[in-house]
Amino acid sequence: MMLIDCPWCGPRNETEYGYGGEAHVAYPADPSALNDNEWAKFLFYRKNPKGLFAERWVHAAGCRRWFNAVRDTVTYEFKATYKPGETQPIKTTNAPPTNASAPGGTK
Amino acid sequence: MAEQVLNDISTLRTSPLAHLQSALEQGSVSGERGVKVREIAFTTQIGVRAEPGSAAHAAIAAELGIALPEGVGSVCGTTDGIAVLWLGPDEFLAVAPEGTEMADRLVRALGDEPGQVVDLSANRSVIELSGPSARAVLEKGCPADLHPRSLATGSAITTTLGPVPLLLWKTGEETFRLLPRASFADYTARWLLDGMLEFASAPID
Repeated sequence: MMLIDCPWCGPRNETEYGYGGEAHVAYPADPSALNDNEWAKFLFYRKNPKGLFAERWVHAAGCRRWFNAVRDTVTYEFKATYKPGETQPIKTTNAPPTNASAPGGTK
Repeated sequence: MAEQVLNDISTLRTSPLAHLQSALEQGSVSGERGVKVREIAFTTQIGVRAEPGSAAHAAIAAELGIALPEGVGSVCGTTDGIAVLWLGPDEFLAVAPEGTEMADRLVRALGDEPGQVVDLSANRSVIELSGPSARAVLEKGCPADLHPRSLATGSAITTTLGPVPLLLWKTGEETFRLLPRASFADYTARWLLDGMLEFASAPID
């Protein structure tokens, strides 16, 4: 059993959570301008680093909220969890863009 | 031929655990290791969504006469009157005995403000588990920490029991209310009866 620290509910069992893939994948500013290759890369291409990785998780059986987590892909250890829009407590290679106030999927 | 007129439609109602009522009574155990289970049927439950700090949040709290809970686990109001449970940062569940007309009042209080008031009365059924062994029964299948230092009397959390997602509301030292979806009520009750079975006989050392 592994405990994951929900930013709203505190530590809960991992079985209450769902995984949502890589975090901070920005929605294209002008989706219609993308060609098929660029669109496919936005939809399907994700980083797969060894070590710290920012991911989206959902507390599905609890408060049903999405949040971000920094997890070590080698040890599975959760280093930090943070609410959407909050600054990353630990830097990862897939960090959110600096202009995070921009509308769209930057959160 | 005379037309039959039904004046009181509530006589047609059947609660989700009506068919198990005698099984729940027979499965309840009294004594030192006792644990009792019963259904609390036909409660009024209103789903409320309002951002804390917004006008909608204040209006609903004012209409209820109860401050809305602020964080995980917290419950405002009284167990047998109107209680408001925290489900999420902007999501609450008001639970009350039937006949409060709460839904209409809250819809009027919300007005045109951004937010949501929905009558969810039939969505969740209420099962009450009480007795010295109640916590031991729940700990067989609930991943949350049910020790009093972690789950205080008068708090409620969203968690799972076995495979069933439910609201776990600790209303007394040894009393828990479980609110699974109505379609899971039958399974949850049978799961509890199975978990309670061992407490009917003397402990094996």
